[in-house]
Amino acid sequence: MSKPDGTSYQKYLPRIDEESRGYWEALARHELHVQRCRDCGAKRFYPRALCPVCLSAATEWVRASGRGTVYTFTVTYQNQAPGYRDALPYVLAVVDLAEGVRLMTNVVDCAPEAVRIGMPVEVLFEDVTPEVSLPKFRPA
Amino acid sequence: MSIWRKTAVVGAYEHPTRFAPHMTPFQIHAESARGALADAGLTIRDVDGFFTSGVGPIGIMSLAQHLDLRPCYLDAQSIGGSSFVSHCLHAAAAIAGGLCAVALVTYGSTAASERFAIGTGGSFATEPPDHFEAPFGPTIVGSYALVAQRHMHEYGTTSEQLAEIAVTMRRHASLNPHAKYRDPITVEDVIASRMISSPLHLLDCCMISDGGGALVLTSAERARDLRKPPVLILGGAEAVRHGEIGTRDLLDVAAFQSGPLAFRRAGVTPGDVDMCMVYDSYTITVLTTLEGLGFCPRGEGGAFSAGGRIGLGGALPVNTDGGGLSSNHPGMRGIFLVIEATRQLRGEAGPVQVRDAHLACVHGTGGMLGQRHSGVTLILGGT
Repeated sequence: MSKPDGTSYQKYLPRIDEESRGYWEALARHELHVQRCRDCGAKRFYPRALCPVCLSAATEWVRASGRGTVYTFTVTYQNQAPGYRDALPYVLAVVDLAEGVRLMTNVVDCAPEAVRIGMPVEVLFEDVTPEVSLPKFRPA
Repeated sequence: MSIWRKTAVVGAYEHPTRFAPHMTPFQIHAESARGALADAGLTIRDVDGFFTSGVGPIGIMSLAQHLDLRPCYLDAQSIGGSSFVSHCLHAAAAIAGGLCAVALVTYGSTAASERFAIGTGGSFATEPPDHFEAPFGPTIVGSYALVAQRHMHEYGTTSEQLAEIAVTMRRHASLNPHAKYRDPITVEDVIASRMISSPLHLLDCCMISDGGGALVLTSAERARDLRKPPVLILGGAEAVRHGEIGTRDLLDVAAFQSGPLAFRRAGVTPGDVDMCMVYDSYTITVLTTLEGLGFCPRGEGGAFSAGGRIGLGGALPVNTDGGGLSSNHPGMRGIFLVIEATRQLRGEAGPVQVRDAHLACVHGTGGMLGQRHSGVTLILGGT
């Protein structure tokens, strides 16, 4: 795979499947969406066809504000996998979205040592292939 | 119908190797099976239930061929390093239910000589949740580090408290002639060691070694006529924790579910326990597991683990063999938890023997603590 700028992208690319296509298509438009069950109202992340709370298939997408706070994080100093080893150190984080779900991400655009739990962050979109944009976060 | 107190561990063997480039994993399985069956005073022809893990999706059949076993009960449980603790629970149910009479559990790995980078080798993306995590670069140690960072934030747990766990395991390993790392370390050594994934340092992390082991279980009735004093399965339970619908409390580890249920089934309490074997993949694993099992309230694992309480001579000796932090860790450590608990309850633990050890608690953790992990608790009793 090559990035839009033609360089090779070595990190893991997500598999876009029938359960998650809407999520990835929204990200490619630089929008972050979560799912909400139209029967029981539960929001869920990651996206899947049936609501795990009530098993309803009636689902709607809700566009997230992109604002959140850091729930937890780790500064990664060692990862031998291609792509990641060239990006060390990087911040792996779990972010609480304002919409009430948690997702794994990276906190970027700041010194890794500056990241704190509870820090307000906002989404940005990293275009890694023509089909895949990843939701990452920076200090808000 | 209760299955508790009706079955027993009657054979246990820990392979002494820690580095075996001259051996295959199946050979370690076979040598371990030979050791555990000899310990029990049984032969391989007595085995009619076979339990293993870490051998590939249908590898249990190949391993059955390697050992020429014809079991009428097979279990290739695959929930990470806790799988072998789970095997013992399943074997107890199978034996008590009449599905098999003599269960053999085996493990073998050459992870170190094959130079597997397990903890920092990156992640894999095969199943739906992986695709929302793997792109961001979680390592196994990173997944546990997410839990450690949150624990520090919520409860003020310190790197020094985590380090004390590693120091205690090393002290135990210094008494174990087979342990891979035996030189004493200090809290300062742990904190000065290289940061791998904050807040976890190199010495907060288990090693990768080669090794293996085996266990033999049968009915309590048959156990009475065998070579060694039986170690009874008094209770047990399993659990899995995951990201839920994107709302999970990362400090609510699987032991909070499996631990209380296992104790209730055994009819004992944490206060009754003489020694504990906990999967110490990382120091934070021990701390959160002890909270979940009920040895201390949630949030107090740091203070509980300090001051020598979990060391030999303390109120609750933990991992008397030196654990995965200092003795051995071929990738899936669950079997060694049951083996060392068995040695302790038989009074065979030599220089690390806990005096009057009659009741042991074993807890295996498998997978990635901050993403998806399993927990299996077993309560074992000596005679």
